[in-house]
Amino acid sequence: MFAEQDLQALWLSLKLASLTTLILLLLGTPLAWWLARSRWRYRFVLEALVALPLVLPPTVLGFYLLVALGPEGPVGQLMQSLGGGPLAFTFAGLVVGSVLYSLPFVVQPLQNAFQSIGQRPMEVAATLGASPMDRFFSVALPLARPGFLTAAVLGFAHTLGEFGVVLMIGGNIPGRTQVISIAIYDHVEALEYGSAHGIAAGLLLFSFVLLLAVYGLNRRWSGAASWR
Amino acid sequence: MAVEARLSLVRESFSLAVEFTLPGRGVTALFGPSGCGKTSLLRTLAGLEPQARGYLKVGDAIWQDGAFSLPPHRRSLGYVFQEPSLFAHLNVRRNIEYGLRRLPRHAERPSLERAVALLGLEKLLERKPHQLSGGEQQRVAIARALAVNPAMLLLDEPLAALDEARKAEILPWLETLHRALAIPVLYVSHSRDEVARLADYLLLLEEGRLRAAGPVDQLFARLDLPLAHQPDAETIIQGRVAGHDPEYELSWLDFSGGRFLLARNHLPEGSPVRLQVKANDVSITLARQQDTSILNIFPAVVEALAEDDKAKVMVRLMLGKQPLLCRVTRKSAADLELVPGKKVFVQVKSVALLL
Repeated sequence: MFAEQDLQALWLSLKLASLTTLILLLLGTPLAWWLARSRWRYRFVLEALVALPLVLPPTVLGFYLLVALGPEGPVGQLMQSLGGGPLAFTFAGLVVGSVLYSLPFVVQPLQNAFQSIGQRPMEVAATLGASPMDRFFSVALPLARPGFLTAAVLGFAHTLGEFGVVLMIGGNIPGRTQVISIAIYDHVEALEYGSAHGIAAGLLLFSFVLLLAVYGLNRRWSGAASWR
Repeated sequence: MAVEARLSLVRESFSLAVEFTLPGRGVTALFGPSGCGKTSLLRTLAGLEPQARGYLKVGDAIWQDGAFSLPPHRRSLGYVFQEPSLFAHLNVRRNIEYGLRRLPRHAERPSLERAVALLGLEKLLERKPHQLSGGEQQRVAIARALAVNPAMLLLDEPLAALDEARKAEILPWLETLHRALAIPVLYVSHSRDEVARLADYLLLLEEGRLRAAGPVDQLFARLDLPLAHQPDAETIIQGRVAGHDPEYELSWLDFSGGRFLLARNHLPEGSPVRLQVKANDVSITLARQQDTSILNIFPAVVEALAEDDKAKVMVRLMLGKQPLLCRVTRKSAADLELVPGKKVFVQVKSVALLL
């Protein structure tokens, strides 16, 4: 039913979204924890930076990434001096772009989840002999579980639907940087509406089912996980 | 295992500076109006206030010395917050085990069963916190704090968030603790009645300073403290069950100044009891009344008087070594010529058995 090239694009998109979500959860958790706990007076500057990809046109982000990651850009130069090639027009470049682009979608739900736990459970754990690290893993993480689910799904789905940034820094190289949303665009450009429909409807269904699962799970958890 | 504390905490709009020692066992009530620093002091003792300075020694361990502060998770303490604050993601058993699992390896392994039995939680162990009533949650929180065999137990108004029915449900458990524990217990409260029932010692806080400290029965009867001038001022008397009178269904309770006759209770002979006499239920006569229905009449000496309001005077009497407060009108005090040293008789209209 799907052409070879479409399946390749689908596979690439899934790979990109999974890898991006994984990296964002690893980087985003400590960042969100810090944002939720810090009393630093300039914290809001960092919060604004994290939220920037929400309002920035993807082409603007993509353009600056292209400049930075290309052979003449600072990151490109650095990569070359380390013996690597420039990141523009590579899968690795797409991962870097996606991580930045989807950052707020992961960090903000995590930050909200950590903030809603409040200080009290952490203090209780401290009086019961738990070290700061222990408290984080045994109390904060389990209580923030709904936040993690939301963060992972939003990060994954948002990366899956990425278009502008990918187009700017990845181009449209089948099998290497052509992701599913660009494949749809190509089909439409070529007036192949049937193929476009196939992929588009598939994505629509997938996104809906994913969100359904998240809201369903969060509803089930909220009964047990609310702090009383 | 005594406690030695000299602590200060400075915040923008509030400062705390106290110095006290506590005996190795017994309940000490931290009492005072809201905003006087009761909770801040408790948090400072637990190490939850990083800005605190001073000196704190619990048993043989130094918890605070100047800027050095042992982090809370290294202090052997149990802390019960105003709200139950159970871990929502763990069931009752895992909540209670949380502290147990984190004890240092060499520490004595206290049993979960003891804490569970002390608070009657056997049937609730597999429940999640949201399946418990407020009173049950608070009992779990107390058991969780006790399970680690702490060197000191801190209770921050554990009954404040509960309605009267739930309070009545927990108070007996707290009274049990009071007798079962061989550690210092600090109990924050602004309820005089709770203090009268539970505490042995009292730290009276006012605006972050210690106004007075000492045994509850002594502080309640001191005319220079606000406790003796509240509308329901009372005297607390430590006594002992001397026996029962089956004919009239009465009990005899001995104290240092005599013997009370009281409606019969079912405590065995020799049991220690705590009695409460409201200052408004005591009256003074110059000669012993013969034809009266009042059973409890004692010879006493007026020790001091203090003006209560424009019409009333609080009289502090001594029944042997036992002080007793009595509220009379200023006119009566003048008519009876009550002055310190005067010998009188007191009639106690009613006595309540607290414990």
